[in-house]
Amino acid sequence: MPSYRHRYLPMTDQDEADMLRTIGATSVDELFRDIPNAIRYQGTLPISAPLDEPALWAHLRELAERNTDATRCVSFLGAGLYDHHIPAVIGHLISRSEFYTAYTPYQPEISQGELQAIFEFQSYICELTAMPVANASMYDGATALAEAGLLAAGTTRRKRLVVSRAVHPETRQLIATTARGLGLEIAEVDYIAGDGTTNLELLEQAVNDQTAAVIVQSPNFFGCIERLADIAALTHAHSALLAVSVNPLSLGLLEPPGRLGADIVVGDAQPLGIPQSFGGPTCGFFAVAEPLMRRMPGRIVGQTVDRSGKRGFVLTLQAREQHIRREKATSNICSNQALLALCAAVYLSVMGKQGIQETALLNTRKAHYAASSAAAIPGYSVPMGAPFFNEFVLRLPAKLSYETLSTRLLANGILAGYDLGQSYPELAGHMLLAVTEKRTQADIDLLLARLEEYV
Amino acid sequence: MNGNSHISDNGGTPFIFDRSKPGRIAYSLPDCDVPELPAEQLIPTSLLRTTPAALPEVYEVDVVRHYTALSRRNFGVDNGFYPLGSCTMKYNPKLNEDAAKLPGFAGIHPYQPTSTVQGALELLYTLQNDLAALTGMDSVTLQPAAGAHGEWTGLMIIRAYHESRGERRTKVLVPDSSHGTNPASASAAGYTTVTIKSDAHGLVDLDALRAAAGPDTAALMLTNPNTLGLFESHIEEIAAIVHQAGGLLYYDGANANAIMGIARPGDMGFDVVHLNLHKTMSTPHGGGGPGAGPVGVKQLLEPFLPKPLIVRHPDGTYGYDDNRPHSIGRIKPFHGNFGILVRAYAYIRSYGPLGLRRVSECAVLNANYLLSRLSAAYDVPYPGLCKHEFVLSGAKQKALGIRTLDIAKRLLDFGIHPPTIYFPLIVEESIMIEPTETESKETLDAFVDAMLQVAWEAEHSPDTILQAPSTTVVSRLDEALAARRPVLHCDCS
Repeated sequence: MPSYRHRYLPMTDQDEADMLRTIGATSVDELFRDIPNAIRYQGTLPISAPLDEPALWAHLRELAERNTDATRCVSFLGAGLYDHHIPAVIGHLISRSEFYTAYTPYQPEISQGELQAIFEFQSYICELTAMPVANASMYDGATALAEAGLLAAGTTRRKRLVVSRAVHPETRQLIATTARGLGLEIAEVDYIAGDGTTNLELLEQAVNDQTAAVIVQSPNFFGCIERLADIAALTHAHSALLAVSVNPLSLGLLEPPGRLGADIVVGDAQPLGIPQSFGGPTCGFFAVAEPLMRRMPGRIVGQTVDRSGKRGFVLTLQAREQHIRREKATSNICSNQALLALCAAVYLSVMGKQGIQETALLNTRKAHYAASSAAAIPGYSVPMGAPFFNEFVLRLPAKLSYETLSTRLLANGILAGYDLGQSYPELAGHMLLAVTEKRTQADIDLLLARLEEYV
Repeated sequence: MNGNSHISDNGGTPFIFDRSKPGRIAYSLPDCDVPELPAEQLIPTSLLRTTPAALPEVYEVDVVRHYTALSRRNFGVDNGFYPLGSCTMKYNPKLNEDAAKLPGFAGIHPYQPTSTVQGALELLYTLQNDLAALTGMDSVTLQPAAGAHGEWTGLMIIRAYHESRGERRTKVLVPDSSHGTNPASASAAGYTTVTIKSDAHGLVDLDALRAAAGPDTAALMLTNPNTLGLFESHIEEIAAIVHQAGGLLYYDGANANAIMGIARPGDMGFDVVHLNLHKTMSTPHGGGGPGAGPVGVKQLLEPFLPKPLIVRHPDGTYGYDDNRPHSIGRIKPFHGNFGILVRAYAYIRSYGPLGLRRVSECAVLNANYLLSRLSAAYDVPYPGLCKHEFVLSGAKQKALGIRTLDIAKRLLDFGIHPPTIYFPLIVEESIMIEPTETESKETLDAFVDAMLQVAWEAEHSPDTILQAPSTTVVSRLDEALAARRPVLHCDCS
């Protein structure tokens, strides 16, 4: 029987013979003698057959080509994940294998590159959000917001989370699952119809002395900018903590939550140069006010010196983490999204002080052009009156269902916005449209023409 | 607290912020082709940023040089040997990187109509089935973002199961050799952890387990082979004890690289499994992430899986099943770390069933070879056969004033990433070594030479070790200072 050869496996017959001799075994099978026969797998696993490299590449390309990606349609789909321009340098820099084939930098002397890059990422997040401390990333913005709730509960020793209904539906589902694990109670506060932001009167009624955190998103799921200063006041009146999820790109234009009273600021860094990739991997960021620093989940990079006084970086405050505190850890998180944090850091380096402002402004201008133009089409309206960034709600004409419209748009190479009716029954017949810097006026006008046509 | 105090930088890399010069740009954006209304006209001034974020003003070459310089101060599997026990630092195939970057995978949105993403859904569906077959489970969710995330998901499933039977069980059992995420995940799922001691052979003490398993036992979390690299040969009895007490058996898949095609957790009696795709399935560690931690369950737990599931309709098309009334709910937005799942799928296709079995055979052969060659110079707490990894103790060297930490730092001078140190907790001065199957005999022999050299130095030239590392860009760093006086970001301006 010919011996098995594979380009990733160096073992030759000679190697195997030499090694077995050193070990004192006569066959590889002998090395598995500690596995009882009753549980030894007999036969061949019924998994996918192997493919040689050319065939594998052809197969993968065939699978990929059966998907309609952003290069093959004009996308107005956002709802938490966006089609932004990704500068060419990013892919090259994060494909440097010293970065992506490395492990977590627990041996800092040979990981100074990764550590410094993440230290800079933390610095970027602090600067954007106007918060004093940020960690080295979470899985995504949604789990980050759930962890923010847990942090608030642990710090205040209270069990109630007040969550705005204008927070992303999937994030709210996730917070519910997470809260159930720890016996936390969730109270949901509705938004103001016709406005789109969280109802502050209802919020005031919901926040009490058992509230650990008020959890909001800004811009919220509808694209509307929340009244964070007012929400912060309501929250702090009961000594609860305010946790805000933000779109980091919007902070190129909008006042950061750190200056508006937020105690915890999180979000997803996907708009910062990370490919959509069918939803993952993306990158959550997590920033806190100083008093919360030692309870913050996740890894943190800190600056220090080596034996000769040279500046260096290390993972620090590890006493919070699972490998030290185990069941008393502030979170069970181990792996994070380091490579995507690097990606976001490179993006922010490329964009720089001017670029992030210009990009945010471009997004805002294009979305507002689309919104005002669509509102002018008879039958359509933009029902939510609150200020917005790059996403807005469009109400469809009464006789036009989302299903019909989106199917027709797709036939014309346009990917429609999100169907709000699937998550908010009262918003059936409403579409959430995102307009990024990648949408040209021609793209937008094409959409408008189709909208008018299908009334 | 900022990072710009007067610290000598000799030979270091400045911050990206230090390269900043007003007027430089590295970006390129289209001109505004819609009406150029000022921001204040679109959004109330009170909501606008009062001071711009102080991001650096650099040009493209600065960005490239900065990150290139940083990359050269880093060490990955592509640089050299990385025998980190329990991390499975195997080679990360480049084809899989290309696959994940295909526009048809990288450029799709999770909320697109299913008719426009059939290729992606087919990949996920096939991967679900392959992982189920590999582990001997009935159903798989690909959503968890990491092993720890998978652990928590699995425990929430277990909790939902017990609750559905009207049982209130409050405890999760873990061996004293377990990874820290096990008890941490148990806490996050609302459980109290009970630690079961290992016996003299490094395996679960069956008497201790019998004493601890009872009506309040929700689950036992185990990895098999365990973190000492030893196969729990009594696994069937362990399973019987736990199941008889009404608990479920959870498999931490961190060590799955030892047994692919050879034994399956489903056949050992495990009810829930997670796999670490960034370990066993070769997806890159990325400097700490991203990973993926798919969870497999036996049929009795299938109703509780997170939603949505990827399903195949009778007409052969793929879609989502969100109508799952007993599901624990959502645990991750969208569909999990799809880009990682693409890589794992490509990996499985590059080997097939016989290849994956050979992977595990080579991993175990390599580990036993190293164990044989190192057992004279270092203490071996559990001698005999190991699986894909093994543990040494630095006790012999500690008696000479050299600790495992020092050994690790000295290995850096040989261009080798040290093994895992000080884990598992039950071995004094622990050194956990996992070579993986993608390392050649020559690499292993060079590692042995280095370890023997260090053992010799411990006896004859200990200062060499205590000064180490001396060939890296920084020498040992003051971690105590970093924790005592945290400096966690620099001043961007």
